[in-house]
Amino acid sequence: MLTVLASGPLATVQDRGRHGWAAIGVTTSGAADRSAAGLANRLVGNDPSAAVVEVTAGGLRVRAERTVLVAVTGAPAAVRVAGRAAPFDAPLTLPAGQVLELGMPPVGLRTYLAVRGGIDVPAVLGSRSTDTLSGLGPDPLRAGDRLPVGALAADEPFVDVAPVRPPAARPVLHVLPGPRRDWLAADAWTELTTRDWAVSADSDRVGLRLTGPRLARSRDDELPSEGLVPGAVQVPPDGAPVLFLVDHPVTGGYPVLAVVTTADLSAAAQLRPGDTVLFRVAP
Amino acid sequence: MRVDRVLPYGDRALLVEVADLAAVAAVRAALERAPLPGQCELVPAARTVLVVLDRRPTDLDVAALCRLSPEAPGGDAEVSSVELPVVFDGPDLADVAEMVGRSVPDLVAALTGVELTVAFGGFAPGFGYLTGLPEELHVPRRPTPRTRVPAGSVGLAGPFAGAYPRESPGGWQLIGRTDAVLFDADRDPPALLAPGARVRFRAVS
Repeated sequence: MLTVLASGPLATVQDRGRHGWAAIGVTTSGAADRSAAGLANRLVGNDPSAAVVEVTAGGLRVRAERTVLVAVTGAPAAVRVAGRAAPFDAPLTLPAGQVLELGMPPVGLRTYLAVRGGIDVPAVLGSRSTDTLSGLGPDPLRAGDRLPVGALAADEPFVDVAPVRPPAARPVLHVLPGPRRDWLAADAWTELTTRDWAVSADSDRVGLRLTGPRLARSRDDELPSEGLVPGAVQVPPDGAPVLFLVDHPVTGGYPVLAVVTTADLSAAAQLRPGDTVLFRVAP
Repeated sequence: MRVDRVLPYGDRALLVEVADLAAVAAVRAALERAPLPGQCELVPAARTVLVVLDRRPTDLDVAALCRLSPEAPGGDAEVSSVELPVVFDGPDLADVAEMVGRSVPDLVAALTGVELTVAFGGFAPGFGYLTGLPEELHVPRRPTPRTRVPAGSVGLAGPFAGAYPRESPGGWQLIGRTDAVLFDADRDPPALLAPGARVRFRAVS
């Protein structure tokens, strides 16, 4: 059992998400940075389906009610246990009664805390994830919450430290064509893949709003709503693209110009307001 | 049913574009019967079916989608029938009656007399876009959406009818309300109005 003493701006329980429910309006959700969440689980020897805590912009403080093995990955927030610096990207023991604290990451946005055994909140439609758009799954964490630890430990952990690069300051995300390139002006694809884009403050787990050159439409009629995926770059009428992340709506009514490759979705999830991002055509 | 185009959608999906809702239903039914290898989600919409895979799509997938058998969603093996109890007292009921040139009782009789079909979902968990309204009952959305539409509200918009599973903003013309549980994650199936379901409104007071 872990007790939440402080959540920071937003901390949620996340796993690999809900699969197979899109047709009834339920999006996949799950950890925004799947690579970092998966690494955290591996470091403590968890089953890949175990739920972890996703911490947005640091600020989490939790107390262990019994001794647990934990690991912190993702955006490199300073880790302190009982007030002393503790390792990142590595398994560490959190003794009973002691407090683990995460600072504000200097780069990146989302830090993951895995506990050996997984966070054992009730699953909803097969997942323990909080979907911030629809409200499915547990509520975001609040001070005073008690998080049960489950039994989803697999192997004994055997990795001491994982050599992982921190999130890049100006990441390059690779894109493939979306279904509606022809709904945008001829230069929209070139603009997207050659210019710098800034992540606006109005960004969250649903998607990143990007500011840069205005992307013009080639037609003004209404596109019937159609399915979305994480990584879809949709262009609303104001010409400022939206890059959807894990809590995206199941469908959207504006043309999708491009789609970020699956391999680069984790980097997209580490972008924070004010960051610059570049898009390049995937090989 | 004919597949018009198969559009690229990144490295995990393809978008099948067809002419109308009947073709959407046929594509969905065909892919539920015979999924592509690694198919993990199908998202039917008004003119498209998004096919999400757990791997990179190939030319073979595009070819298979273009070749989908031109059958109606036959078999009807698991088509559910839902009778939705509706109290017809919505704030827009009188306006809608005026727009379609009927009295309120005539409008209610028309709405309870048709069989509707859930064409697709997508707006929120458990929301189903119901089709099958006769054209004379098609009304535009409200010019200004409401910021709060109560859960259970039943509304009309264009060719569609629908019921809000939970409170949300919305621009549909509200004609009534239902106390049916439209979405319950602990129920199997969770959505009362899942794509393909046949629906009738039953007037209650």
